[in-house]
Amino acid sequence: MILTVENVTLAVAGRTLCSALSFAVDAGECWVIVGPNGVGKTTLLATLAGLRAPASGAIGIEGRAMREWTPRERALRVGLLPQDTVDAFPDTALEIAIAGRHPHVARWRAESPDDVAAARTALADVDCAGLAERNVQTLSGGERRRVALAMLLAQDPAIMLLDEPTNHLDVAHEVRVLDLLARRASTGQRAIVMSIHDLTLAARHASHALLFGFEGVSAGPASEMLTARNLSALYRQALVAVPHAGGTAFLPA
Amino acid sequence: MIGALAAAAVASVAVALAIGSVDITLANVVRALFGNGDDASASVVRELRLPRAIAALAVGGLLAVAGSLMQVLLRNPLADPFVLGLSGGAACGALGALLLGFAAFATPAAFAGAAAATLLVFGLARGRDAWSPTRLLLTGVVVAAGFGALIMLMLSIAPDTQVRGMLFWLIGDLSVSSHGERALLALIAVLAIAMLFARDATLLARGEATAATLGVNVRVVTLALHVLAAAATAIAVTVAGSVGFIGLVVPHAVRLVIGNDQRFLLPAAALAGGALLVVADTLARSLVAPAQLPVGVLTALAGVPIFLFLLRRSA
Repeated sequence: MILTVENVTLAVAGRTLCSALSFAVDAGECWVIVGPNGVGKTTLLATLAGLRAPASGAIGIEGRAMREWTPRERALRVGLLPQDTVDAFPDTALEIAIAGRHPHVARWRAESPDDVAAARTALADVDCAGLAERNVQTLSGGERRRVALAMLLAQDPAIMLLDEPTNHLDVAHEVRVLDLLARRASTGQRAIVMSIHDLTLAARHASHALLFGFEGVSAGPASEMLTARNLSALYRQALVAVPHAGGTAFLPA
Repeated sequence: MIGALAAAAVASVAVALAIGSVDITLANVVRALFGNGDDASASVVRELRLPRAIAALAVGGLLAVAGSLMQVLLRNPLADPFVLGLSGGAACGALGALLLGFAAFATPAAFAGAAAATLLVFGLARGRDAWSPTRLLLTGVVVAAGFGALIMLMLSIAPDTQVRGMLFWLIGDLSVSSHGERALLALIAVLAIAMLFARDATLLARGEATAATLGVNVRVVTLALHVLAAAATAIAVTVAGSVGFIGLVVPHAVRLVIGNDQRFLLPAAALAGGALLVVADTLARSLVAPAQLPVGVLTALAGVPIFLFLLRRSA
């Protein structure tokens, strides 16, 4: 198992988000985290990324405790696409993608042509090849989101954590990005863990699902977890599953 | 680019040495610097103009480096040691030391003042990933006003004989500056240490979470950059008082040309800031010769409209 979560309790400002949370993610799996607003999905992802420590419990990366990795070693194994990224300065899309290569470049070296090539490939993967030289501050919200995603793809960690990766994307790019991530998991043997609000897309791409509710958390194979019954209870909103040729759509009842 | 800026810095110093109440040809400047002529023009160059040009070069470089670092730390291109009150804090510390009769401790007191201002401004930023310009400027205005009030208080209770010398801290003036060569060494040291963190700083500009997940030790790097920014500001203020807007305008202009990669931005900003302040000070002492303007008046007169323009564009 590449990522293990054992008996973890998450708490923010005295409020317990979840307790005794345990699950394990293997290479090749594509996990979705679904649940209502404010339940703690972002906090969970930040904890899995090593940005904050759990209130109790243990998180392991490749069998070693999270805090035993140096920051750079960890960055080679775990990467995070935050929900919001900061574009305070007029960097080009290519510069942002190259930033993802940081853990791969030795401290006193400059980026090699291979790093630049990896960054360009990552931009092409998210349909941003033509934006490489553009100032990120002149891009649309969806384009910025894809450039931020290209940074994570260029980083290419074994475990990719993504907080609502499809925010701001149009439907074509939503599908393209999620197809790409699912392919990275299955053929690239990466582990993907992402929070997402579109249940239809979640069901279409996930191999596993974590249902994060105010009453508790449950995890398992996507086909067992993502049912109209489970999701209706999770969101306290009646939902119906509508089967179609490509999978299952979830609609409000 | 860095080479061109280095050449510009050298050229600005050469011009500063040649221009003044006594115009001296560049050939004579070179002779005065490297020859052993001991005529009047040689002593003007070596004893009056060279120390002043070196002080301007060092102060401009320090302020530009401090500005670049603060812009990274606050993830806002409008951050600047003068706007955010760090210069005011440093001036306050130095004035307090003078008032209490500890003139020898002016530099450490200035550093303490800059550090206090840093803690105040950045302490309010804890846990935030980016500051809106509004919040940043409100904080800066309030902190700077607070230090301004403290400075006024000290000026009003200071003995009349000291007031004229104390005003220097408020305005920014290189005419009475000393220790320029020490400030230049400090600039080289600050820049060298900052360069060790340059790659990390570039990532930090994209947010602490992003930097941390890319392998940056955020706590160590932010602490180091805070200390460097405060030290650079304090040293600049003890040499030249509160010279405004160099730390804002220079990194901004350089960034437009070479981008935000701190490995290039930091040395380029140091050179450009140094060259700009040398030119500004040469203008300040020759525009209304034989009278001399404090250089801080000139940088503020030029800096305020530029700042307002940038603010309008970023809004």
